[in-house]
Formats: sequence, structure tokens, C-alpha cells
Amino acid sequence: MSSLWIRQARIIDPASSRNAVGDLFVSDGRIVPSLSAAAKAAARQIDGRGLVACPGLVDIHVHFREPGQTHKETIATGSRAAAAGGFTTVVCMPNTSPVADNAGTIQFIKDATRRDAVVKVLPTGCITVGQKGAALAPIGSLKRAGVVAITDDGDCVQSNELMRRACEYAKMFDLPIMDHCQDASLTQGAVMNEGAVSTRLGLRGWPHAAEDVIVARNVILSEYTGAHIHLQHISSKYAVGIIRRAKTRGVRITAEATPHHLSFTDEELRTYDTSFKMNPPLRTASDRRAIIAGLRDGTLDCIATDHAPHTNYEKDKEFDYAPNGILGLETALAVSLGVLVGESKFKVAHVVDLMTRQPARVLGLPAGTLAAGAAADICLFDPKERWTYDARAGFSKSSNSPWHGRTLTGRVKTTIVDGRVVFDQGKIAEPAA
Amino acid sequence: MPWTRRHLLTLEDLSLAEIEQVHATAAAFKRTLTRSVKKVPALRGKTIVNLFLEPSTRTRMAFTMAAKRLSADVISLDGSSSSTTKGETLRDTAQNIQALQADMIVLRHSAAGSPLYLSKILDIPVINAGDGAHEHPTQGLLDTFTMKEHLGRLKGRKVVILGDILFSRVARSNIYALNKLGAAVTLVGPSTLVPHWFTELGVKVSHDLRSALADAEVVMLLRIQHERQASSHFPSLGEYTSMFGLNKTRASWLNPKAIIMHPGPINRGVEIDSDLADGERSVILEQVTNGIAVRMAVLYLCAGGQPEHVYAAPDPA
Repeated sequence: MSSLWIRQARIIDPASSRNAVGDLFVSDGRIVPSLSAAAKAAARQIDGRGLVACPGLVDIHVHFREPGQTHKETIATGSRAAAAGGFTTVVCMPNTSPVADNAGTIQFIKDATRRDAVVKVLPTGCITVGQKGAALAPIGSLKRAGVVAITDDGDCVQSNELMRRACEYAKMFDLPIMDHCQDASLTQGAVMNEGAVSTRLGLRGWPHAAEDVIVARNVILSEYTGAHIHLQHISSKYAVGIIRRAKTRGVRITAEATPHHLSFTDEELRTYDTSFKMNPPLRTASDRRAIIAGLRDGTLDCIATDHAPHTNYEKDKEFDYAPNGILGLETALAVSLGVLVGESKFKVAHVVDLMTRQPARVLGLPAGTLAAGAAADICLFDPKERWTYDARAGFSKSSNSPWHGRTLTGRVKTTIVDGRVVFDQGKIAEPAA
Repeated sequence: MPWTRRHLLTLEDLSLAEIEQVHATAAAFKRTLTRSVKKVPALRGKTIVNLFLEPSTRTRMAFTMAAKRLSADVISLDGSSSSTTKGETLRDTAQNIQALQADMIVLRHSAAGSPLYLSKILDIPVINAGDGAHEHPTQGLLDTFTMKEHLGRLKGRKVVILGDILFSRVARSNIYALNKLGAAVTLVGPSTLVPHWFTELGVKVSHDLRSALADAEVVMLLRIQHERQASSHFPSLGEYTSMFGLNKTRASWLNPKAIIMHPGPINRGVEIDSDLADGERSVILEQVTNGIAVRMAVLYLCAGGQPEHVYAAPDPA
């Protein structure tokens, strides 16, 4: 019977409308309202003074590269990066090698998770066979194997007919469809946002219209079929407007925003720095403001990182040839607090909500709350601590981060999964062998 | 003012004074081109590597010629014969060239920004000989040099750049140089190839050929690059020619003293009427010749030479 007694932390749990300084108790891996005097005496105590204790963060969009691209990341290293960033539940994308379009690969991921992970790693499966957009993957078998959603992330399903059938079919299993909204015909060879900066740099532009077209398509198909479609990493102001209007009609769509689209614009690309190359690309200041406004009014439901590790030698190339994607897990909380609280005057509790209860709600995950009886997944962070992020010293196997070397405010101190401390004071507490 | 720049990556970065220094140095070198002995010893003992990872004839020949006139040793490597076809990265190829004790790299590459990338890796000077749709700084320098030879000062002169601007590194480098030299630049072409974003570079954008050409003193034609465009940017070469090709009637709208320029290679009968390309207003071949002098100046200056040493050099007998 192991117990934890977190003392005098500011407990922020939007799911149970809690925001006050107090003590938090854990017994047998669950949140409990109190501990007996004997249990208190035996409990491991954590001094929470000056810290926020919130539900373990939930990230519904990460790439852990296993199987097949384990030189970039593994479930072992990715889950440690997650723990260091305060995340206790992550949802990994199926674009592994081979892609996760069958129950066997899902089982492989679940086995690796059980063996190697220090946080909860939940798999998604592909919408289409081989993620090629031509034929439906065995969605029912994927569901039975344990996927929490289906997605062809990175390879948006182009055929409206196939997407419509996927919606109808997945709805039968109450399985959300996550879509990376990109009309491929509008983005041939594109490597950055289309606009004044791409014109200057001579780089092929990715117009926001390519996102908007598919966001609109998905709104239409969701409304037509009744399926739940989750729109991944929204980057365009126009798309935010489409989503806002659709939600007022009650369409079953949800959407996420990444910390990098909140933080940066395409102006960062002036020096062709590939650590700012991602898909969808960084857009303009007005898009960035619209993403923040979308999070403020709930048009965008949650924050997700799109944690996408690549090795230095893969990123260290001509801009056109470098792969898309950046790390996100170890910086997400500090970056989101910096932009949303520091710059945009959100309440800390609102940011916590966007990173805990909301992402859990989007996919219906049993996570994101400190209510009594819930799994004791907890993040303790110092909202004031300033620290300099060294991507090379992080827990991810890769270090492709635009925040490398930057000073951030807000630092994760302790991460607890099912009542077990997995990260504390900069170190992973390795499970007993 | 001494020349301090080691790399030539863009004209966006170059100051007006630097552009004028290159032009003055090129003018001095140009005088050596008509001698019976055309070599000067300025870069004797230096080795220049032309790393051309994208096809080029004119630019590569002009860089080679320029290096030889400066008495440098030149090695040219193209994409099909280099190890890049075996999967070697640009970084590794370039570091090998540096390890082979080259003194300078001239890079032509289809990826925008690659000269800047190399300049951060290497200790030796990097000269941009065209990077994707980004810049072609020596072309911009030789074009403005040629304009100055014909028009004198470019301040207030009306320059029209006509054709495929979207994919053109030549257009971008000329825009930066002409803006700094004070010319009034108008870009013309179909709206798919001249998007409105270009106005943010401080130039006019027009799709009306007649008003744009009216009284222009320079018209620079750009090749319609079939290989870079899917069929989506304009309906056909025939329609392009009928809407935007420079023919004799349209040339009559220009200022009577206007010059006609083209960086080559030209598509006769597409963007330019064949007779106009050969006509008395055409300076297309002068651009080619000036390309040697301007590249001599760039190689010389980036190798550490100072402009005043060239201006002051006596003409040998």
C-alpha cells in the first residue's frame, strides 16, 4: 500500500473546479480525499509549496517512431520526454514503419509500451491501408486491438468518398477520426507558408487555403454522417473561422493547436533554419493571433504538441530536403504558459484545462482529472521558474527544437503516473527491473 | 571603403555602396577583356571549385572564364558526376571540397537558401551562382552593370521585368539591386506568375502590358520555364505569347531609347520575337560579356582583393 502526500501545492483541476492551495492524497495509484493518520505517517511526502499540482498533462498528438524509425525516437525515450514535460498520457500517431494499419502492429506498440514506457502511451491506427488513401484499413480490428482513434496523420485522406465512408464506418465503433487537414493538390512541393516571406525566400508556398478546404470538407462530412472528426494542428485563421461557425451549429468537430503555431510566425524562416520547418507550416502574425483567440473562446479545444523527432543529420540539410517536424513534449507547458498566460493573459487554470481535461475529453480518455477515485496521474510544476532549455540534454532521442537555448518560464518538477513518481527534479525515476 | 564581405549570397544583403564597388571593379576588369593577353595575375595560386548541382551553361562558363582570367585554377563539378548522386549530403560534399584545399566554392543549387547554409559550415568563401527561386546575385549585378553602361545613373529610371517572376531568382536579385540603385521597377506577367506578394518587395505589379511598357527604358524578359511549372500556371505557350510576348508592336510602346534584356536562355518566338532578340535595342549578348567582368570582380573581392588596387592598376602594354 503505497501512499503519496503532496503538501500545500496550488491544486488546479478544472475537471472538478478546484483551484486552491491544499494537500493532495494518493493511495494505491488513485486520488483519494484523505489519508488515515497511519497512512499519512507512512506516505511519501512531496513539498508542494510554490508549485502547481494539476492532472498529468495529456497530449493527443505525438510521434514515437516505433516500430521502424527508432533512430529518431522510441517508446522508451519518447515516454521519458513526455514524463519530463509533465505528460502522463500521450496518443501516438500511426505513421511508423510499417504504418499502424493492422492489429499486429498495434499489439507490437502495446507490448513495447508495457515493457518500455514510463507514461501511458495510447496507439492510433490508420484510416486507410498503408496510409495511402486508397482503401479503408481494418478499422474494426484496430478498435478491438485498442486504438483510441484513427488517422492518416501526415497523409490527409484526399478522396472525399473514402473519407465519407471512413466517417460512417468509424462512427459505428464510436471511434474519432483525427485529420491532418491538407489538400495535397494545393501543396505540391510546398515547404513553408505561402506569403510575403516565401516570396522573398524563393521557397514553395503552402497556402492556408489548402488547410481551409479540408477543414470545410471535414465539417461537411461530419455534419452529413454524424461522425466525430478531430482537426489536427490548426494553423490558419480562416480555418478557425470555419470551425467556430460549425460549432455554433453543433457539428461534432473538435480541434487542436500546437505550442509552435501559438509562438512563432513564418518570419522565423528568414535564415532557412530547418528547426522551424514543420507541417502545417508556421503562418503569419494574424494567423497566430487567431489561434490564440480560438483557444480562448473554445473554438480550438486543446493544445497538442505534434512532437516529431528527427535526428540532427536528417534536419541538417538544405531547407527543401529537411523533414518536417519538431520536438514538443519537454517544452509544451512552459511555452504555452509563456504565450497564453504571459502574453495573452489567460489564467493558468485555463492553460491547464487546455492540456488536461480538454484533450482527454476530445478522445474520451480516462485522464485529465484529480477527482477522487481517478488514476493518480499528476504534474507538479513551478509556474515562475525560469530555465534555459537544452534540447541536447533532454530525454528525447532527438534534439530538433526551435526552443533550444531559449529561456522559458514555468518548469515541470515532478510527474506521477498511477501514483508512482516517474520524473522528479530533472531525473527519470527508472522502474525497478 | 574597404571591401569586407567574404561570401556573396544575396543582393538583399548588399548595400548600395557594395553594389557600386562591384560595378566599379567590374568596369576595371572589363578593360582587360579586350587585350590580346586577357589574364591578370590577381588570383594566381588559388583554386576555385564550381559546384553546379543544377544544370547551367552560361553561368558556369562565365564563372569558369572569370576565374581563368584571374589566373585561378578551376575545377567544375556537376550534379550528375558528383557523389550527391550516391546520396552524399551537400554538407559532406562541400566539406570534402574544403578539405581538398579549395579556396572558394561557387554554388549552383535548386534548393533556395543552400549558399547561406554552406556559408555557415565552411571557412572558405561561398559565391551563390543561383539558388532555386531565391537569388542569382551575380546576374543581378551584371544586369544592373549593363543598364548603367547604357543609361548612366539608374535613379528614377523605369525598368520593367516581364515574364515568370514567381519562379525567378533573376527577378528577385534584380529587384533588390534596382531598388537600391533607385530605379522604378514594375513586374509584369500573368497573375499566376506575378503574385501580389511581390509588392511587399517595394515594386509595382501589373498585368497590363501596355501601361507597364509605356515609356519604360529597360525591359527585361524572363524565360518561361516550362520545367518548373505544371500546366496549371498558364494555359499554353501560345496563349502566353499572345498575351505577354514581346513583339514589335509592343516594343514600340517603350521609350525610343529603351534596351531589351534577357538573362538567357531565350525561347525565340515565345517570350520574345526572334528579330527583337537580334535587333539593335537588344543587349542580350552584352549581358553575357559583362557576366565575365562582373564575376571577375566578385571572385576577386570575395577572395580578399580590394577595389582600389584594380582601379589603380596600370594597363600593361
